Amino acid sequence: MSSIEERVKKIVVEQLGVEEDQVTPDASFVDDLGADSLDTVELVMALEEEFDCEIPDEEAEKISTLAQAKAYIEANLDA
Amino acid sequence: MLTGQVALVTGASRGIGKAIALDLAAQGAIVIGTATSESGAQSISAYLAEAGAKGAGKCLNVTSAEMIGEVLAQVTEEFGVPTILVNNAGITRDNLLMRMKDEEWDDIIQTNLNSVYRMSKACLRGMMKAKGGRIINIASVVGVMGNAGQTNYAAAKAGIIGFSKSLAREVGARNITVNTIAPGFIDTDMTRALPEEQRAALTTQIPLNRLGQPEDIAKAVTFLAGEGGSYITGQTLNVNGGMYMI
Repeated sequence: MSSIEERVKKIVVEQLGVEEDQVTPDASFVDDLGADSLDTVELVMALEEEFDCEIPDEEAEKISTLAQAKAYIEANLDA
Repeated sequence: MLTGQVALVTGASRGIGKAIALDLAAQGAIVIGTATSESGAQSISAYLAEAGAKGAGKCLNVTSAEMIGEVLAQVTEEFGVPTILVNNAGITRDNLLMRMKDEEWDDIIQTNLNSVYRMSKACLRGMMKAKGGRIINIASVVGVMGNAGQTNYAAAKAGIIGFSKSLAREVGARNITVNTIAPGFIDTDMTRALPEEQRAALTTQIPLNRLGQPEDIAKAVTFLAGEGGSYITGQTLNVNGGMYMI
């Protein structure tokens, strides 16, 4: 099983169509990786599926980098 | 052809919804029709089976977000993700505004407008994942031209048109189209409730000189749902025999 970070990174690469080395822990999905608002919604949907969970909207809004996504998942799920 | 695609049609037990369900099925779609009662759902299952179509009737109150979630989960498990959504369910509670009760107003907004919001929102996730979808909302000529005694109905139907245009802009980049069909006066139970003189007077206003048939609307839905609709989004298709020209 790959690490949470690897799984999140794979989703970001697929959803945003970016290269893996662009997805650094603190790269902003919107400002650095070119995501629009709908992309971020889709990204959260994909994370929910990968980790079989529901991420409330108010939490989803705070997830804007790989590091934040990883931290949220580690804190809230037993992946 | 719509072979293998899953289509969800609300308010499909009779009238326009039934014609839409049957026409989509004739194009090869798997059709799930909803009705507010179990007996309505059974009659949908029966006519689909009789037509040799795949699909089923489901009991659904479109004003309940909870029930929408449950039914959608069932449908997805049994048949797959719906990529065609036809928001057709609608009711009338006609009255002059000065006599209108709050319930008459609220019922119409709940059933005719809020249902479109709830159903569309619930189905979008699946369409985004499927990387495409068609949402077709059934409004009314009344929402475009107005009609005395129908302030509530016209407001809801006009609301659908604005909703569709906005959603079309939101999800266009995901290959999901959102369009509205505005039927004119169609020969259904809803218009059969009108007095005979009023129906006759209405017909004189229609250049094609007849009330529309449910199938006239169904053909337009099938067109938008199929290949012909690929590059059409945010539009209102007025299927009204010419009674109102925009």
